[in-house]
Amino acid sequence: MIFLETKNLTKKFGGLVAVNNVDFAIEKGKINAIIGPNGAGKSTFFNLISGFHRPSSGSVIFNGREITTLPSDKIAKLGIARTFQTTNLFEQSTVLDNVIVGHRLRTKSNLLDAILRTPRLKAEEAQCREKAMEVLEFVDLKNVATKLVGGLTQEEKKRTAFALALATNPEIVFLDEPAAGVNPDETEGLAELMKKMASTGITVCLIEHKMQMIMSIADKIMVLNYGEKIAEGRPEEIRNNEMVIKAYLGGSAIA
Amino acid sequence: MAKIFKQRNMISLLIVVAVLFPLITNNTYYVHVMTLSFIWMIGVYGLNLLAGYTGYLSLAHAGFFAIGAYSIGILTVKAGMNFWGAFILSLLITCVIGLVVGLIAFRTKEHFFAIYTLCLGYILYLIIDKWDSLTEGVRGLIGIPAPASIGPIKFETEISHYYLVLFFLLLVVLIMYRIIHSLTGRTYIAIRNSEDLAKTIGISTMKNKLTVFVLSTFFAGLSGALYASFVRFIGPDIGAISITFDLLTYLLVGGIGTLSGPLVGTTLIVWLSQQLQGFQEYRMLIFGPVLTLLVIFYPRGIVGAVSSWYTKLISKKDHQRILRPTKVRSGASIEAEKEVKEG
Repeated sequence: MIFLETKNLTKKFGGLVAVNNVDFAIEKGKINAIIGPNGAGKSTFFNLISGFHRPSSGSVIFNGREITTLPSDKIAKLGIARTFQTTNLFEQSTVLDNVIVGHRLRTKSNLLDAILRTPRLKAEEAQCREKAMEVLEFVDLKNVATKLVGGLTQEEKKRTAFALALATNPEIVFLDEPAAGVNPDETEGLAELMKKMASTGITVCLIEHKMQMIMSIADKIMVLNYGEKIAEGRPEEIRNNEMVIKAYLGGSAIA
Repeated sequence: MAKIFKQRNMISLLIVVAVLFPLITNNTYYVHVMTLSFIWMIGVYGLNLLAGYTGYLSLAHAGFFAIGAYSIGILTVKAGMNFWGAFILSLLITCVIGLVVGLIAFRTKEHFFAIYTLCLGYILYLIIDKWDSLTEGVRGLIGIPAPASIGPIKFETEISHYYLVLFFLLLVVLIMYRIIHSLTGRTYIAIRNSEDLAKTIGISTMKNKLTVFVLSTFFAGLSGALYASFVRFIGPDIGAISITFDLLTYLLVGGIGTLSGPLVGTTLIVWLSQQLQGFQEYRMLIFGPVLTLLVIFYPRGIVGAVSSWYTKLISKKDHQRILRPTKVRSGASIEAEKEVKEG
């Protein structure tokens, strides 16, 4: 079943076409990967879906609903979460405090509730805390919940960013280079975590450069080069695709 | 939990000291200086909420302070309104102008926001200075009434005025405390931390920033209205850029983004200024370098420095407890010990 779909998605920055006419369909509950050389337009593609950039043309459809022109906070509310290449976390604060605010979008209390300390605010604060502990347990970080983010390892920071995304109750998460700057053992751990997400029904879409990991976990791969989709398919199809080999190694693929 | 009780005790102690202060000193001049400090603190809290917790430095703050002061001045002196009516209306006026300004100002970010608001603050000052028919220009507004009595409570003496201002200050601190320790406060801190990340977790940054901006102008307006009714005379100088920088100095010295920073910074600088009055403008020769050093070495001011020193002390103590385990241990240290063993 098609869950999220882009149609003729195009983004131009002045004369540069960062994403060119990309059609891509994401299936529910699967792990989808986007690969491509540096500057291929992968992150821009994520930014278009999550509402950070407005496409020059084309459309994004989620659950049968057009979301092309929605602002990013509305898109998040629909159940689309994302992480960044750099984790952007608040380093001087604890892991738990960083994650609690992730569930904010599912709560209704406002400034007046805060000033008057209404029962609604108290209930929603408890709800956010509970959700934060739940997702920290899911990403296996419960034991460092009270530590400052500044003192965590790179892998733990990545997991915290995952937890923050999961706290929004997403149906789909977009992960931008989740395993960048992480050693091979830890990469395996993160791969397991992504599989775990998919097994609980959360659709995963990731950008990654670590081919070994991608090939082992992805159900479907799309390859971008110079903003254009050059291949799409299962890992073994991509591995043997001439266009892909050419894009990565340059020159002819005969050698 | 122990920390919360300690914090509670500290707050209660401070309130008791503040309440007893006029009775202890018997010196009306000290009471006068302290009342003025309280008024500035309210304004500094407005700046703190916006710059300290949401990450947007507004340099138009004195402008809104002046709007609050002039609104109540004009409404009472020229329009002859009763005091409390004018008081509430002047706060509303400040908020409405704040809302309109915020809608435009938040099209900019970071340095540009600071520069935009700096220009805006100067424009507000110029309007007050040049619009003779409304504000009396450089002559200033004279004869602003003291707060009207509420039932049996009168505000004619310095001391009663002190308590009125203290009441509003405590109210502002309570509001700030509740905002910061709530989901709403977490939302603002998330925006300060990374606006992009805040958007991806579904926070409408524009709506939240605008709310904070209006609330911060509300505090500035409240501070201005109290100032006008306390000093009874206002001139365009109260809207000058230098007042914004005074408020900013109080905030930076005390601790930007901390709850008690405005109290510490304002008290310290106002009293120091009083003590160093003999030096006149040469005071700045002392303040300038001290402020520069403070910003370099303690970016979160005195309160920030003390609290990070305290956190370090606690973690050191915890560490020692792990090394030499005693019979009574907290859950955290047992967990930490387990980690050490496993590691």
